[in-house]
Amino acid sequence: MSDVMAPMGGARSEGLISIEALPPQGQISLRCEVSDDYRAKLGEVLGLGLPEPLSAVEEGDRALLWMAPDELLLLLPYDAVPEMLARLHEAFEGWFIAITDVSDARAQFRLSGPHLRDVLSKVTPADMSPDAFIPGMVRRSRLAQVAAGYWLRSDGEAQVFVFRSVGDYAFRVLSLAAEPGGEVHHHTREAISEQDA
Amino acid sequence: MSTRLATDGRFTDRGKQIGFTFNGRRFTGFEGDTLASALLAGDQILVGRSFKYHRPRGIVASGAEEPNALVGLGEGARFEPDQRATTTELFDGLVAESQNHWPSLAFDVGEINAKLARFLPAGFYYKTFLWPRSFWKHIYEPVIRRSAGLGKAPHPEVRDADRYEHFHAHTDVLIVGGGVAGLQAARNAARAGVQVLLLEQTAHWGGRAPVDGGTIEGRDPEAWVAQTVAELEAKDNVRMRLRCMGAGVYDHGYALGYERVTDHKPGAPGPRHRLWRIRARQIITATGAIERPLSFAGNDVPGVMLASAVRDYVVNYGVAPGDRTVVVTNNDDAYRTAILLKQRGLDVPAILDARPMGGGALMQQARDLGIRVEAARGISKVLGGARVTGVAICDQAGGGSMLEEIACDAVAMSGGWSPVVHLWSHCGGKLTWDADGAFFRPDPSRAPTGADGKPFVIAAGSANGHLGLQEALACADGAGKAAVEAMGRRFEESPVPRAESTEEAALLPVWLMPQGARADLRMKAFLDYQNDVKVSDIQLAAREGYESVEHAKRYTTLGMATDQGKLSNINGLAILSDALGAPIPQVGTTTFRPPYTPISFGAIAGEARDAVFQPLRRTPMQDWHEANNAAWEIVGQWRRPYCYPRAGESRHAAVNREITATRESLGLLDASTLGKILVKGPDAGRFLDMMYTNMMSTLPVGKCRYGLMCNENGFLMDDGVVVRLSEDSWLCHTTSGGADHVHAHMEDWLQCEWWDWKVYTANLTEQYAQIAVVGPNARKLLEKLGGMDVSKEAMPFMTWADGRLADTPVRVYRISFSGELSYEIAVPANRGRAFWGKLLEAGAEWNITPYGTEALHVMRAEKGFIMIGDESDGTVIPQDLGLHWAISKKKEDFLGKRAQQRPDMARDDRWQLVGLETLDGSVLPDGAYAIAAGRNANGQRNTQGRVTSTYFSPTLNKGIAMGLVKHGPDRMGEVLSFTAETQDETRDELTTVEAKIVSPVFFDPKGEKQDV
Repeated sequence: MSDVMAPMGGARSEGLISIEALPPQGQISLRCEVSDDYRAKLGEVLGLGLPEPLSAVEEGDRALLWMAPDELLLLLPYDAVPEMLARLHEAFEGWFIAITDVSDARAQFRLSGPHLRDVLSKVTPADMSPDAFIPGMVRRSRLAQVAAGYWLRSDGEAQVFVFRSVGDYAFRVLSLAAEPGGEVHHHTREAISEQDA
Repeated sequence: MSTRLATDGRFTDRGKQIGFTFNGRRFTGFEGDTLASALLAGDQILVGRSFKYHRPRGIVASGAEEPNALVGLGEGARFEPDQRATTTELFDGLVAESQNHWPSLAFDVGEINAKLARFLPAGFYYKTFLWPRSFWKHIYEPVIRRSAGLGKAPHPEVRDADRYEHFHAHTDVLIVGGGVAGLQAARNAARAGVQVLLLEQTAHWGGRAPVDGGTIEGRDPEAWVAQTVAELEAKDNVRMRLRCMGAGVYDHGYALGYERVTDHKPGAPGPRHRLWRIRARQIITATGAIERPLSFAGNDVPGVMLASAVRDYVVNYGVAPGDRTVVVTNNDDAYRTAILLKQRGLDVPAILDARPMGGGALMQQARDLGIRVEAARGISKVLGGARVTGVAICDQAGGGSMLEEIACDAVAMSGGWSPVVHLWSHCGGKLTWDADGAFFRPDPSRAPTGADGKPFVIAAGSANGHLGLQEALACADGAGKAAVEAMGRRFEESPVPRAESTEEAALLPVWLMPQGARADLRMKAFLDYQNDVKVSDIQLAAREGYESVEHAKRYTTLGMATDQGKLSNINGLAILSDALGAPIPQVGTTTFRPPYTPISFGAIAGEARDAVFQPLRRTPMQDWHEANNAAWEIVGQWRRPYCYPRAGESRHAAVNREITATRESLGLLDASTLGKILVKGPDAGRFLDMMYTNMMSTLPVGKCRYGLMCNENGFLMDDGVVVRLSEDSWLCHTTSGGADHVHAHMEDWLQCEWWDWKVYTANLTEQYAQIAVVGPNARKLLEKLGGMDVSKEAMPFMTWADGRLADTPVRVYRISFSGELSYEIAVPANRGRAFWGKLLEAGAEWNITPYGTEALHVMRAEKGFIMIGDESDGTVIPQDLGLHWAISKKKEDFLGKRAQQRPDMARDDRWQLVGLETLDGSVLPDGAYAIAAGRNANGQRNTQGRVTSTYFSPTLNKGIAMGLVKHGPDRMGEVLSFTAETQDETRDELTTVEAKIVSPVFFDPKGEKQDV
């Protein structure tokens, strides 16, 4: 595995939120219609339910993210990809589906901290308010000038992914948005009383 | 003199003294002061010079509408011109300088312009500089440029010390303005449980009400404001921002807010400005109203101020702008200023009320205080130059004959109020003329409408023309409820807060004082202070035929300064209406455009500067390139190595070295930036046959084919090698800069035209690191790494295979863009950097040489391969490039086929691709034109071709070029003259250089080297 270098491997920054580049993440893109027979087949092979639009289902080290009406993204351990690809190809032999290994195509970051929603709102036009973006949801939007996906793992933690070539740009933009002094106190009430104090 | 009072100052903290300088002089103020209030406290009446006549100017207003008090603020990396003193919060160490003065503020040479005023009439620029024509470039323009603009630009080499950011907010209701109207509207919306975002441009809630007096729910307005703010702050669904101006309202409920985060504490951590990008379902504009000046001679002399501003300085900052203040008005509201000053023990020699019968209860109150009130009177002219020394009073009805001189050191004027309708108007809200108040107000029947055709902006309070306290609150109360209702939600029934204030008598519209002012008075009666537009200028424009308000505005520059006519707009068009003999509503207003007041470029740019100005895309090997001294070429958002100069080596020498090493032994190229798009599905072959000019459906699995992609106009768009991966999947390589565009192009056709075709695409550009191993020793290197058969037999030219090399999963393509034996190897991107290292290590025995894009370009040009963007420029079709072989004749259709049959595409004299060789071996200039006989209608030499690519070839040791030439392929051996880069002084045109037409394939024409 020493040959395998994740984009932005090991990068971290601490500010209003913690930003951490994740180690290699297995990712398989699935493009197909999400009709009943595809649902059944996918459930059978993946052992996961299918996510509702704008959301993800998660079990153990696997997750299935809704990316578009005809696109899903399977997350799994990096080393488990070849076997899973083989199983998927076998199961869907003759079906109209695109099963693609995109494990190396994206940089993944874990963002956490109480200012998470405020920092994200600086870089994406998607609605990051607690009412609109609830844990378990996935949004595909922009991160400043590049495309990005946002998966809210819990109230204070998000997984953010961008294409690998702009991982460095995304890391810099996020770190800048999280610089101390840039507190907005928009999404969090506790933070607002802190401002008054 | 203007001075600090012993009392008042609800914004200032007298325990906290602050030092600052103005034009180098030291002043002190208090925390909570604005720069304007602190200057007034220090008796600094003169704060700047006007734009055109360099007239001395003082502070007129107390807020965003201020036209005069613009200063250069800060120093060095924090210097910024044209900052309004009235909205600049004072901080310790503030440095300000006045603008538009030379040599000093007190003595200014440019003031001579004022003496020449009759030679500088409206439209002066247009009239004067037309003739003689030759004077424009050398005399007029330099002079105008030197005198243009008020402030001076920051030094070009200085970089802004601060950072900026954006913030995206979504809300149900956005309320702009934190006065009592905005607060009441917010209260009603908040009670209904919807999300509320309330913006206030100043540092304080409550707006004017605490200054103007009256009671709300039986209490002082300030107490009501404090209570309401506390109520709102306690609510989870309410967000409130101070120092955040509503800058603009746009389509579909989009609005911009401009938050000045650290302007009042420069150098504090955090962004200086934050641009709020707001999506709101309903927008309430509670933006208040602005008092209008009166137009009388000398209304711009320092010491003449808006009556409301005088009140603001007393109450909010404890500063009296004068000891003896004459009040001049056409309404009751200005009496409040006189009464306040009198109550503070200051002298009010007279109130001049233009109305024949004077005012109502407030007039009585003023008289009871012993103030002299003169009805039906006005100011003939203001006495004094650098500051007011007195006023000459006259009958408002007359021509300006002086009745009496009254000594004073300040004048408080009021011409009535105009609702701030800007934000209502930004997105198409229409206005209606209110004859009683003499102002334009929002017309609720013609509100800005959203995507559903329903109104999404509601004006509230005095911004809606309800100037009285009770009326404003009632209007705002309704606005809050209406916004809730518009979203289909229920609002809580609640009574309108009861307000009481002194009843006011009707205003009399007064657009000129006195009504029949003589010409000499009209020439000194200013409408637009910042641009020096006077009553006489508008009248002249009308006489010269500028009947449209938009034309008159541009001709006279009325309202075109940085304040965008906040004070001058209504007064100006009233004068125009009078001159045209047309009613004001018929003359109309000019267009209100965002932003409400100027916002910083930094806020617009947000974080996009320095390292994150633009995304810089990085390949998995980028670190290695950086560490090995790569010179860069920008390709889309990538930075690709141009070459890798060694110590002491020029770029040119590096390129030559890289080419020679590759051709003689072994080269290595990072080709990861090449686009890689997977096309898969039962209809994928049919789809690619439409996308490419050649046949892709017949490509056997395991093979590669070079393909051309045209747009629907037939022009060459992109090219690359297409690979048949399996029965139903293809991988399309694109140019580095074209990947995203080609992918979007494919999806466009799939989603919009052929939505029923069973095809999926995936942009896999980033999944793979791709490395070209090039040169006679390429196979030896791969064999040394081991793991798969790369022999000629196992992997012939234009085939591919999956396998392993050096224990790395790879896909190897036997393709060549250099004419050499070449393998392009794709590995998972996470393994790219390690694999690159293995190639370098194992290739050392063959002097493996990484090469950059320039060596790539030269080697492809030596082979006559075209480059998208060099040989193609959006007007070139494949046929121009001799690529007929790549255009299928069997296919019924492909994108561009029909267009290529149009007469202009099919004509036989289009410029076509050839090789070019100079007779002396030199390198042709890039883009040079081939000269043809004769001249065209413009007297230019005719042309018959142009150079598209040109290089020095180290392989051939001479210059080589490609170009497009008329009938080129039929003219082999012919010598053409090309424009050189040197000037022929004797003939005033470029010298020429001779080049011979040759085959574009300069090197290994039979392709033997790549097929070994």
